[in-house]
Amino acid sequence: MAEGNGPGRITLSGLLMAALLLILIVVSLYFFIAQPYWFPTLASEHGARIDSLFTAVLVVTGIAFVLVQGALGFFVARYGSNGTERASYWHDNPKVEAMLLIMTAVILTVLVFMGQRVWASIYFADLPQDATIIEITGEQFFWNFHYPGADGQFGRTDPKLITGTNNIGIDRTDQAAKDDIVSVGVMHVPIGKPVRVRLRSKDVIHSFFLPNFRMKQDAVPGMGIEVWFTPTRAGQYEIACAELCGLGHYRMKAALTVDESEAKYNEWLKMAAEQQ
Amino acid sequence: MAQSHTAEHAHHELGFWRKYVFSTDHKIIGIQYLITAMAMAVVGGTLSMLMRYQLGWPSMISPTLGKIMPDAFAGGVMKPEFYISLVTMHGTIMVFFLFTAVLTGGFGNFLIPLQIGARDMAFPFLNALSYWVFLLSCIVIFSALFVTTGAPLGGWTSYAPLSAVPAAGPGQGTGVTLWVVAIALFSASGLMGGLNYITTILTMRTRGLSMMRLPLTQWSLLITAVLGLLAFPVLLAAAILLSFDRMGGTSFFVPAGIIMNQMPIDHSGGHPLLWQHLFWFFGHPEVYIVVLPAMGMASDILSTFCRKPIFSYRMMVYSMVSIAVLSFIVWGHHMFVSGMNPFLGSVFTLTTLLIAVPSAVKTFNWLGTLWGARIRFTAAGLFAIGFVSMFVSGGLSGIYLGTSAADIQLQDTYFVVAHFHLVMAVAPLFASFAGLYFWFPKMFGRFMNEGLGKLHFWLSFIGAYCVFFPMHIIGIGGQMRRIYDPTQYVFLQTQQPVNIFITISAFVLGAAQLIFILNFFVSIFAGKRCLEKNPWHANGLEWETPNPAGHGNFGEELPVVHRWPFDYSVPGEKQDFLPQTVPATVSAKH
Repeated sequence: MAEGNGPGRITLSGLLMAALLLILIVVSLYFFIAQPYWFPTLASEHGARIDSLFTAVLVVTGIAFVLVQGALGFFVARYGSNGTERASYWHDNPKVEAMLLIMTAVILTVLVFMGQRVWASIYFADLPQDATIIEITGEQFFWNFHYPGADGQFGRTDPKLITGTNNIGIDRTDQAAKDDIVSVGVMHVPIGKPVRVRLRSKDVIHSFFLPNFRMKQDAVPGMGIEVWFTPTRAGQYEIACAELCGLGHYRMKAALTVDESEAKYNEWLKMAAEQQ
Repeated sequence: MAQSHTAEHAHHELGFWRKYVFSTDHKIIGIQYLITAMAMAVVGGTLSMLMRYQLGWPSMISPTLGKIMPDAFAGGVMKPEFYISLVTMHGTIMVFFLFTAVLTGGFGNFLIPLQIGARDMAFPFLNALSYWVFLLSCIVIFSALFVTTGAPLGGWTSYAPLSAVPAAGPGQGTGVTLWVVAIALFSASGLMGGLNYITTILTMRTRGLSMMRLPLTQWSLLITAVLGLLAFPVLLAAAILLSFDRMGGTSFFVPAGIIMNQMPIDHSGGHPLLWQHLFWFFGHPEVYIVVLPAMGMASDILSTFCRKPIFSYRMMVYSMVSIAVLSFIVWGHHMFVSGMNPFLGSVFTLTTLLIAVPSAVKTFNWLGTLWGARIRFTAAGLFAIGFVSMFVSGGLSGIYLGTSAADIQLQDTYFVVAHFHLVMAVAPLFASFAGLYFWFPKMFGRFMNEGLGKLHFWLSFIGAYCVFFPMHIIGIGGQMRRIYDPTQYVFLQTQQPVNIFITISAFVLGAAQLIFILNFFVSIFAGKRCLEKNPWHANGLEWETPNPAGHGNFGEELPVVHRWPFDYSVPGEKQDFLPQTVPATVSAKH
């Protein structure tokens, strides 16, 4: 590319702008590399793939960010004028343009494929057979967790049976419902075993968000949506609602415990069953 | 001749009301749009200050605010429903009543005839009607803030069933009804304007002004008008269906079996995702309805103050056209975790990253324009440069969100808020400021104060980054959007200092805008007079008219165009700019 008439005048505005862009670059590099604030602690198997995808995108966009903002800063610092000087006159360079266009397209295509591998591994893989299955129903403003109990069969539910104490309208006369557990705001799963959640909503759209598990799925009234994850780290976690659902949206949370063993989990199930 | 003199004479006799209020002059209508939208921006901006106050100090008791707004701050603490109504109204006002109105209604009306060498719009009456319907929609949406049962709580996206069933919350009665009516009126107003812009640009260009000699502002306004004409009817239809669901007992968006407060809701057969598809089919082109004119204006202003032709004019035009086409097939990226078939997630990831290619082309071209330039750092020029920086920062985070798998974690967090504020709020705002400082002499015959303009720029540039950049960080940390009190969650408590930093920065950024408002209104009456016809030494046809331009814009004869508007610093020429009306006698082509 022709450089024309060489560098221009150094101006205060140009220098100030360049300095601010430099600060922007340095501060963002600090926050994205030193990571004083970052993702909540990872606790699921597929989450690791999402995190490394994020890192890949971060590297690509980070380089682009530094180069473009850096070039912008460099140009404003270098090509100032006092109001009379002339710029160089050129306005096309098809070769360079084509090169940049193809380069961008190739990089983005690679990102599409990397992203789709992760997406496919989450959504297009067969549902695990040996899994804990939980039916989760969102409503303004809490989460109901329905476990099938010892028989592994979910009992019948009927909207007509819904009352202030029977949130999901479970039919306790149904044989399969006898041992079912309905827990409000508290969810337990065992570590290392896939968990299949079937999401429903009673009223408006909610979104089941497990920040530590890199998991988010809207619960849509009229739809039953199934997603799954495998917890890899025992402990206490928070469940949030991520879709605006009304005035109490901010407090629509629940507690998730990943039990460190199947035995501990069964202990909780037993206790919860007694409370039904 | 005699006739035209009589016409001139008649125009001079127009009274104040006909001249400045019920005018059909495109320039007055443009200025009416600008000032109305500015008033709406003050409302929308104030709402965001209240939001930031709440997010910075969620449990603080303020007896003062309790006294000023007893309904909203019961006992001095903001009510959650008030917070959600702030979110809803801020988003709605800013997207529609500020950005769409300023960029297409304001600059579109003011600039189209001036820059294409026409005396007015093709349909001046329709143009005036479009403004008055817009004003009506502003009044309706503003009144939604004062409904006794509460302002709407559905967010600017108004997802059904929250928006469709009045029982869903306190603001979901009359509040949402007013929201729907305002949006429908706004769509109708946008359609009238759009028809006008397209017809005018296509049929009323002056002699010699071929399409490939149009300023990029005109290209962007033309493409935007086409987008609006295709997208707004979808929103209008969706808004009408939503009001049928709310008041007519239909079920377009509400499925069977919904239960609210233990009470079954009598609806069946609708689907909540239908609303989302319709809304985003409009909503994504809407993003470009705001961004494209900003790109066009920033390009022209950047070139003027670089004293250098825009780099690769053709690619600039082609990339805007491809962005416009692609903008209709990316809407699903708002719905990756909505329950939509995951296969569609793959398709929309592909189309979304595709749209990043023309956006990147434009960025390279702006850098190419700055390379080897001789930049004059006026307030307008600085805002145009600031636009490029903001667009790049906001655009890059779109790649994370467009990648469906990464979006699972980021969807509905502050990462999204950071992304769209930078790319479709701050960037277009910067371009609009550039446009206002630049065309102010054309509007009022006076300059805005340059010193205050530069101060406004530096505070806005620093302020905008301090407000919106940290939002990426707390979004990665998981903070959800539209949350009244993030400290409710243990995992969000550690990043509360960042929220406080953002809030303080937002107050500074908000205060900086007062400098602009003061500068704008004082300068109309007391600014430095613009004595030159072409104060910035620019090439566009609008500078062939007096400042301010009179009725009919140009003198007895319309200008004839001989070249593109980017001939700056042509070697061998006496002056460093060649207006479009200068005959092409020298080597410079176009």
